[in-house]
Amino acid sequence: MPLTLEEVQHIAELAKLELTEEEQAQFREQLSAVLDYAAQLRAVDTSAIPPTATVLPLRTVLRDDVVKPSLRREDLLANAPEQEAGCFRVPAVLE
Amino acid sequence: MELHGLSVTEAAAKLRSGETTSVALTEAMLKRIEAHNPALNAFLTVTADLALELAKQADARIKAGTASPLTGVPIAIKDVICIKGVQATAGSLILKGYRPPYNATVVEKLLAAGVVILGKTNTDEFAMGSSTENSAYGPTRNPWDTSRVPGGSSGGSAAAVAARLAFGALGTDTGGSVRQPASLCGVVGLKPSYGRVSRYGLIAFASSLDQIGVIARTADDAALLLEAIAGHDPNDGTSMPTPVPNYRSELSGDLKGLRIGLPKEYFISGVQTEVSDAVRAAVKVLESLGAAVREVSLPNTDLALSTYYIIAPAEASANLARFDGVRYGPRADADSMWDEYRKTRGAGFGPEVKRRIMLGTYALSTGYYDAYYLQAQKVRTLIKGDFDTAFKDVDVIACPTSPHTAFKIGEKVNDPLAMYLEDVFTLPGSLAGIAGVSVNCGFDGNGLPIGLQLLSPAFTEERLLRVAHQYQQATEWHKRSPKI
Repeated sequence: MPLTLEEVQHIAELAKLELTEEEQAQFREQLSAVLDYAAQLRAVDTSAIPPTATVLPLRTVLRDDVVKPSLRREDLLANAPEQEAGCFRVPAVLE
Repeated sequence: MELHGLSVTEAAAKLRSGETTSVALTEAMLKRIEAHNPALNAFLTVTADLALELAKQADARIKAGTASPLTGVPIAIKDVICIKGVQATAGSLILKGYRPPYNATVVEKLLAAGVVILGKTNTDEFAMGSSTENSAYGPTRNPWDTSRVPGGSSGGSAAAVAARLAFGALGTDTGGSVRQPASLCGVVGLKPSYGRVSRYGLIAFASSLDQIGVIARTADDAALLLEAIAGHDPNDGTSMPTPVPNYRSELSGDLKGLRIGLPKEYFISGVQTEVSDAVRAAVKVLESLGAAVREVSLPNTDLALSTYYIIAPAEASANLARFDGVRYGPRADADSMWDEYRKTRGAGFGPEVKRRIMLGTYALSTGYYDAYYLQAQKVRTLIKGDFDTAFKDVDVIACPTSPHTAFKIGEKVNDPLAMYLEDVFTLPGSLAGIAGVSVNCGFDGNGLPIGLQLLSPAFTEERLLRVAHQYQQATEWHKRSPKI
């Protein structure tokens, strides 16, 4: 079933992606094709099959709670487009 | 033989014996990069100063007798792996100018081994692609035919090794991104088992699948490189504490009694005839070396593509949420924070990355999670089960790496599904988390390389490397090089 334009716009908003009208139309078509193909998964009976989130036997690996040296703040800030007083500066969050 | 024609192990031997120096090897490679990279676009960044500095240190270490087997050998690193202070773009505009404040664990390990880093290689944006055409910095070209793609996403690394611009390289493989470009460029590409190599400092794509691998011209070289980067890392909670074998010492075992399975689902119509013929001929060679061959079945193979293209984009949509113009990369002008996010991401990501973020966001969204993401994770269990069952009867699975040899640049770029189908034989092994290698097993009528893929259970890389090495000892394909 093809996605509607409204669905494409809704997904783009969830993903915080600004898309041009051309991109919206193109993605509507291309994503519909991929989802049509992936619809084959629904036909598989998995009622008795557990999901695989990881192939490893490891679960919730924790490290010891000890203080260790970390990267320097100025090094971590060095790539930021804007910084102020040792913080990342962002546009207004509340309008 | 000219210096650039040496393998990693040959170069290492000449360094040890004093026949050459790391500075000489490094200068030879930098000269070749300067001459041929404009045509190939295999490297995005060449770290000439760093390379020569590391080469001098390596020569001093060799003189002092404290060298490791890789000390002084120049190699290349895919641009999704962080090197402190060296731009890491992941092939994306959204990371243009980003200089990581730390080294990936694999880089730390290579530097500790005394390896010389020549630079960062081109990749599909965030490793999403099968042709390296999705790089924001232009496609890489296949050294065997520059009108064709090198495969992807580690196409820069594979092209650099094939064109003798580096002795070896690191790549990453999420759904085939080391094996498929190795196949299309006629080199060896090893994807280790998930958890074998630390992912710390790797820019994440799909965290349950991503694995750093090695690209080289011989299995012997791949063994040496893997040994240098494998092992547990406290900084990666998904790296396994399993001890690292001495891979090189395992290469010499013969193949008597080795059981090889040919999965019938991989020898189907739609595969280029020359590809299946070359793979069958390669299996005959392995048989002549003592292996026993039988047919096996991996019945859920046809579900792997759908499963992968739900799970990988879902994980990608979460991982790529961090690119918001706050901590790194260019930022779009906007009056509010949300608008800044939308515009920065809209301008910074290329079409394929946007497509996958959209697909993944959809698969994880309210009302679709169970039908798509959870269902895909359940089918993943079935696909993994296929391999568990097959490996009760055989030690290694042999099949084509890619259904076709290298295709033309631009040929599949507007048809995402056709492009995704290029990974149809590498995706199942990725979903199962097992080890895989691609080794050159011949050429088609256009002179383009064909890859034999070997798969084995998780944490049996030594088995794959032995089979690949014995195959290369019995054949000459790996000695051919492209005319560039």
